Amino acid sequence: MAEATANGLGQHALHTAHAHDAAPVAVADAHQEHPIKLYLVVWAWLFILSTCSYLVDYFGLHGYLRWSLILIFMMLKAGLIVAVFMHMAWERLAMMYAIILPPILVLVFVTMMVFEADYTLLTRIAFFGPGP
Amino acid sequence: MAETSLTHTDRMAPRPAGWQGIAADWASDQRAFKNVSWGKAMMWIFLLSDTFIFGCFLLSYMTARISTRVPWPNPSEVFALRIGGSEIPLILIAIMTFVLISSSGTMAMAVNFGYRRDRRKTAILMLLTAALGATFVGMQAFEWTKLIMEGVRPWGNPWGAAQFGSSFFMITGFHGTHVTIGVIFLIITARKVWRGDFDVGRPGFFTSRRGRYENVEIMGLYWHFVDLVWVFIFAFFYLW
Repeated sequence: MAEATANGLGQHALHTAHAHDAAPVAVADAHQEHPIKLYLVVWAWLFILSTCSYLVDYFGLHGYLRWSLILIFMMLKAGLIVAVFMHMAWERLAMMYAIILPPILVLVFVTMMVFEADYTLLTRIAFFGPGP
Repeated sequence: MAETSLTHTDRMAPRPAGWQGIAADWASDQRAFKNVSWGKAMMWIFLLSDTFIFGCFLLSYMTARISTRVPWPNPSEVFALRIGGSEIPLILIAIMTFVLISSSGTMAMAVNFGYRRDRRKTAILMLLTAALGATFVGMQAFEWTKLIMEGVRPWGNPWGAAQFGSSFFMITGFHGTHVTIGVIFLIITARKVWRGDFDVGRPGFFTSRRGRYENVEIMGLYWHFVDLVWVFIFAFFYLW
């Protein structure tokens, strides 16, 4: 994996050597060149995982089994897209953490809103009764 | 430009890896993203902010769904289609998912061929991506029409909690807008590739700056993000 990026670097350096008017910032920009087969494999996996998550609904699974399966397939798909299709797997760690860490912190917000929504539901039941 | 060429010299030294690499890369007086161009870094940061927008939509949907006393309509039944006399649950949404994933695959290959300077294949794959994206939007329009005919409104629906309609129209509408904008920019970028703009360094019509084949990858980042958001919408709104 690392050599693919290094290879891209070398080719780009060659290219910019010819183009004098190219912006100087371009010199160290890593090109992402990987074999087509990698993309096809990821593509196939995304199809398989989507089919799996559809089958969760089709077979009518319920409760914690359903929710955990949905989350597992979702995270696997998201991971494949970000890592391979968006080339995050080949970026430097500083870039990965800058982009991936902030969305994970949204989970704190999620936790807060779960408590808040539970409280709202309890208040509504207390005032209006359990059903509509 | 002046600052970037200054930092250019210190980039020649080998950089530390791992945790030390994070600290060293973020330390003052230098460029944080060492081997990422500004165009790509800024697209990532835009996508990060977009993540928060969609995160807030999904969060408000979660809050509405937890806090209502009225039962939530069953998406499996709401989005079922009658094909050949039998109700197939969620089938349209499943097809939409496969269409969008396929468009992500063609986009990834377009980026690859772009860096190989294969203009023809890059442009064709990008146009194929745009066509799949347009198909997705078309199916979404069909879905919206069907639900509106069945009486779903942002303020109510025949099956249960009123917040179902508002969450649905807000989340899928915003996602569909993203797909539509993506299709438009895909077509613009594909035209540039086809014409060879990135080979001859022709100035762009809007920014007057020379494009590079990296523009295809930046376009790809946006497109994969649209697919990524759909993964979360599919899981939380349609399957949950």
